Amino acid sequence: MPRHDNKVLNYLFDLRTIIAVLFAIYGIVCIIWGAAFTSSSELDKAGGININLWGGIGMLIVAALFVWWTIAKPIDQQAAAHSLEESEAEAQRNL
Amino acid sequence: MTSLGAHEAASVLSGPVLADAPLRLHAGVIDYILVATYFALVLGIGFIARRSVSSSLDFLLSGRSLPAWVTGLAFMSANLGATELLGQSANGAEFGIQAVHYYWIGAIPAMVFLGLFMMPFFYGSKVRSVPEFLRRRYNPATQRFQAVLFAVASVLLAGVNLYAMAIVVNALLGWPLWLAIVIAGLVVLIYTLIGGLSASIYNEVLQFFVIVAAMVPITLVGLHKAGGWSGLKAKLFQQPHGHDMLQAFPAHELTGIHNSFWSVIGVVLGLGFVTSFGYWTTNFTEVQRAFSAKDMSAARRTPLIAAFPKTLIALVIIIPGIVAAVTVPGIQKLNEGGTSNVNYNDVVPLLMQQLLPNGFLGVALAGLLASFMAGMAANVSSLNTVFTYDLWQGWLRPGKSDRHYLNVGRWVTVIGTLIAIGTAFIAGNFGNIMDYIQTLFSFFNVPLFAVFILGLLWKRATGHAGWAGLATGTAGAIVIFVLNQAGVIPISSQGSSYLGGGVALVLALIVGIVVSLFQTPKSDKELVGLVTGVVDATEAATAEGVSAVGEVWYRNVWVLGIGALVLAAACYIFFMFV
Repeated sequence: MPRHDNKVLNYLFDLRTIIAVLFAIYGIVCIIWGAAFTSSSELDKAGGININLWGGIGMLIVAALFVWWTIAKPIDQQAAAHSLEESEAEAQRNL
Repeated sequence: MTSLGAHEAASVLSGPVLADAPLRLHAGVIDYILVATYFALVLGIGFIARRSVSSSLDFLLSGRSLPAWVTGLAFMSANLGATELLGQSANGAEFGIQAVHYYWIGAIPAMVFLGLFMMPFFYGSKVRSVPEFLRRRYNPATQRFQAVLFAVASVLLAGVNLYAMAIVVNALLGWPLWLAIVIAGLVVLIYTLIGGLSASIYNEVLQFFVIVAAMVPITLVGLHKAGGWSGLKAKLFQQPHGHDMLQAFPAHELTGIHNSFWSVIGVVLGLGFVTSFGYWTTNFTEVQRAFSAKDMSAARRTPLIAAFPKTLIALVIIIPGIVAAVTVPGIQKLNEGGTSNVNYNDVVPLLMQQLLPNGFLGVALAGLLASFMAGMAANVSSLNTVFTYDLWQGWLRPGKSDRHYLNVGRWVTVIGTLIAIGTAFIAGNFGNIMDYIQTLFSFFNVPLFAVFILGLLWKRATGHAGWAGLATGTAGAIVIFVLNQAGVIPISSQGSSYLGGGVALVLALIVGIVVSLFQTPKSDKELVGLVTGVVDATEAATAEGVSAVGEVWYRNVWVLGIGALVLAAACYIFFMFV
């Protein structure tokens, strides 16, 4: 999807980054909530399992995996440029 | 919109808005903050996506630039609207393991078929929509017929999705219906208007991950509370239909057919072939996701990649339903044949209420709301493309500048969303009519599939055969539906929808063949890339070369396709023995 040279925006618009951001926020909030604010009656509801804590840790791990993937395999700039040319050519053809 | 069943979605709609509010969640500030975070991000996606929209193709097909994993997950989750989520968990609570048929036999084979056999024609012909393919293969009349049906269906279904969401939000959070309809409608409007299909697809994928994040703990903790899988089984056996709920076949309860032989035939041919192939291979809302892929390989891999999460997500949707059947008193009562102040469609909200603490409740709410909106956005974004390219450019106003069509696309988004909001407001007063509309629209896919197969396999099929086959097939399905409703054909409504699909398939094929025989066939030159075996000699050589080299094994479509089928089969075998 990246069409322009702005590297920061390219990273931002990479869906992997967006998923990582959302899950990092959710993970951190849920861990804090699970560690500090989840009442014992809420724990009883879940059969003694602290869903916020464990779910939060799980989401944080998912966030870390997406960060790792984004860094390990950045969007191929050349391929993006190629697809830009192609889609412009296609837009011309369809006129 | 669900793959097969209008009936699950329809029953979500007819659920009463309960006065004593047994579903009310005690959402706290933290939950609302998590929901708000999600929607801030979604609107942000819309704004970032805007910078890559400079042509109509960018807006309507994401500039054909998305990687296969994104289009694959979007392909899967365009169908995982909230009506699907709530409806399938309801099926799990009512029918137990039998509900997996909607996933494993009712989706996977069709998705694999689409990726392996049909996508080369779709993507290779560079068409931008399903109706456009019909024009190339058949004629403009066929394109227009299908485009009009699809546009009307999409906008009404967007309204149905919106209304279904308003009912749920009202029951869970106590918001008035009109407020929920207007807010959700506006959020969808803003991000699809600004970011086009990319924004819509990104939200679908994001929504998929949030739904999984919410459903996995519900499944695991639910199982834990039910005493594990063995505890769940023991409790189920004490219920009247408990034993049947643990067996996938012959699925009497699911099909409503008492004869075991015909019930299995209903599942395999009715669900697994007729309805499933009709929906998954030709419904543009789905197929559009693959059209936005960056190249042929990615387009073919789109439904194949989607097949894997589609197979596994059944576990975290249907098992919670079964858990509810033994742990939620209201649902238990229903299974024992009694009455209750809740219904099957309330399974997911009831489990959220019973199991989730504040905090995670917010995550689950965000997922639920997002999936409602994604379902609606999928309808709106496919409506856009079909209206702009097929009806406006292809028929009403051809030959304008691309800028003109980009603007039309944006206007259709606005008008389509507003009509959907209007439909949602009216839907409340005409609940039954909306049910019928959904059921009727589910019949359009089967004749479409028949016409596609005829066109792809038989180069003798002529232009007028296309719309004639579509029209008679659809009419046939409607006749069966009406006769069943009137009691002339005394079978279950599921059985009647399989029968209607079968009749539509056969009628569309027969009419298509007969009409073709009375006309002059098209020349081979017109059919290059549109019919099996009709290829341009030089292009065929290059295509062969491209697909043979340069792909690692895990990107090979055959490995993925067969892998998906094996996984689905393995899941069936696994549940025979646990």
